[in-house]
Amino acid sequence: MSRSLPLFGFLLLVALFGFGIWWNTRHDPREVPSPLIDKPAPEFVLPLLDDPTQTVSKASMLGKPYLVNVFASWCIACGEEHPVLMAEGRTLGIPLVGYDYKDAPEDAKAWLARHGNPYDIVIADQPGRTAIDFGVYGAPESFLIDARGVIRYKHIGPFTPEIIERELKPLIARLKQEAP
Amino acid sequence: MSRMLPCWSAPVRDRGASRSRTNALLQMLFALFLAFPGIAAAQAIDPLPFKDHAQEVRFQNLTRQLRCLVCQNENLADSNADLARDLRREVFGLMQQGKSDDEIKQYLVARYSQFVLYDPPVQPSTWLLWFGPGLFLALGATVVVLTIRKRSRATRIDSRLVDNATIEQGDDW
Repeated sequence: MSRSLPLFGFLLLVALFGFGIWWNTRHDPREVPSPLIDKPAPEFVLPLLDDPTQTVSKASMLGKPYLVNVFASWCIACGEEHPVLMAEGRTLGIPLVGYDYKDAPEDAKAWLARHGNPYDIVIADQPGRTAIDFGVYGAPESFLIDARGVIRYKHIGPFTPEIIERELKPLIARLKQEAP
Repeated sequence: MSRMLPCWSAPVRDRGASRSRTNALLQMLFALFLAFPGIAAAQAIDPLPFKDHAQEVRFQNLTRQLRCLVCQNENLADSNADLARDLRREVFGLMQQGKSDDEIKQYLVARYSQFVLYDPPVQPSTWLLWFGPGLFLALGATVVVLTIRKRSRATRIDSRLVDNATIEQGDDW
């Protein structure tokens, strides 16, 4: 017994470290879990990128589910995500709201003109104040908000076709059934 | 996955090839800092209009306990990330509204989860974190005590055997 004790301890450590490595290959350790899931989305009133005299608010978006995609022209990972949104955005069957985060409006417009615009509407948060209420800490980030204005899902980092198929689409299907 | 807000400790990619260039650049930067000693210090400190010194101390204290979400091993007080600057302004604004330190922490936790706190609170999900070291210490101590007891018992038996042997063999050996 006492002889096998060191071996037992060693195997325990191997198992522990193995689990750590396995866990980290599946989870981004830098990802900050959102406490806002299944909570009402924060109130927001933000101007349209194309026409700052018009605003979009949480109240004006109530009634149907929609996907908010936080992006910026300075964000490199958003460039990686962009073709995916161009290809898949229209197949989601819900409005895709672009959330231009801490960006100069001209830069964002030029960026969308160059790469294409996958969004149904684009709202602009140049000071980034509303983004703090949403717990945004980088871009891209995406929020799925249901018809009652509750955040149901958050994805941090660029969408890939696999994540859209595996996580987003089943959830959207469920939200559509819920919606009156 | 790359997060997009600039971290000031961004990794240098192509290390071998651009080392000499990087060195030259660093030297230039260093010279610049020497020339303008204010630059380095001024960047991390925003000119916030504090009411008095006590409030500034409280602000520094509080932001040191909060994590920057972008450069995650920096605190809010030290980080140069854009978001950290925004959050510092937010904390300052909440202080002006007369919010207590706990209320400000709660405000940030509600948006960014307990990840923003450098000191995780004691609760069921952090029990292992808080008490794990003690648990491992107790486990190790138990093993050590058991081993020592067993050894000393074995030594006692051994010495009895040796004693017997000595008696039997006399002083021959």
